Amino acid sequence: MKFKKTTSSEILEGDLTPMIDMTFQLIAFFMLLINFSEIDRAEQITLPSSVLAIPPTTPPDYQIILNLEPDATVVFEGERIELDFIDRRLAQQVKAATREGVFDPAKIAVVIRAHQDTPTGKVQKLIGICQAEKLESFNLRVINRVN
Amino acid sequence: MRLRSTETEEVKLNMTSMIDIVFQLLVFFVMTFKVVDYEGDFSIKMPVAGPPEEQQVIEEPPDTVLVKITADEAGDITNILIDDNPVDQNDLFGGLTRQIELLLAGEGDPDLAVETEVEFDIQPNLKYTYTVAAIEAVSGKIEGESVKKLVSKIKFKDNSGGLE
Repeated sequence: MKFKKTTSSEILEGDLTPMIDMTFQLIAFFMLLINFSEIDRAEQITLPSSVLAIPPTTPPDYQIILNLEPDATVVFEGERIELDFIDRRLAQQVKAATREGVFDPAKIAVVIRAHQDTPTGKVQKLIGICQAEKLESFNLRVINRVN
Repeated sequence: MRLRSTETEEVKLNMTSMIDIVFQLLVFFVMTFKVVDYEGDFSIKMPVAGPPEEQQVIEEPPDTVLVKITADEAGDITNILIDDNPVDQNDLFGGLTRQIELLLAGEGDPDLAVETEVEFDIQPNLKYTYTVAAIEAVSGKIEGESVKKLVSKIKFKDNSGGLE
């Protein structure tokens, strides 16, 4: 008996187009949602929660985000600074704001992201240090809790 | 004469390297993706009090309600006093909201909420989460689907010196 010889070695190629389409869509999705903001740099901070806090709608002219840990260490732009030494960095930030056209420190928004167990006195001290730099607009950041 | 064949052979690009890169990108974005909680702010305006001669003379100063909050050694809340009157011990923050609401409703003036100011005198070791809860309690309350706004002017008495 004679068998038909099937030695044809043609490479089988599936149609990859839909898979590539889907992959690009996934990449686009994750690229749009990725967040490299300041928040990522202070993941150890658990914010208090509230149902009434208003989500920021329009970004301020200039903002300074200060993360405050329970042991009174400030995390600013990824750098850990003792509360007593934050004044120099704040002064630098006020100057940086001036260079960007925000001449009145009162128009600079200070976002305070303090850990929920931080003693309130430490938060007040931070506010006092900011006030010494003529900053007066404070946003106490919290997590929005659904009622 | 022999004519050239018009058969168009399909040109196939090698997609392997592109797919490799695309998958690497996808893996990178998936690994770095983090669901961030929805955040909100309590906005507080706290200008520094200048020397008396520089201070503007306000014709009608706002009514100030003094809210004192005490804490135990662990930093947990023990009591809330509104103008030295303690609120309901069983429901401190609910009691604070009710008292503020009563104060605002007392004179029937719709502008009272705008004019009234709450000054917090908080024991410095109190945990920040209670402070936020107190700010929330005086700021407003949820009535069904809507939010009833109470006091928007909030300030703190500086007690930071009492904490070592």
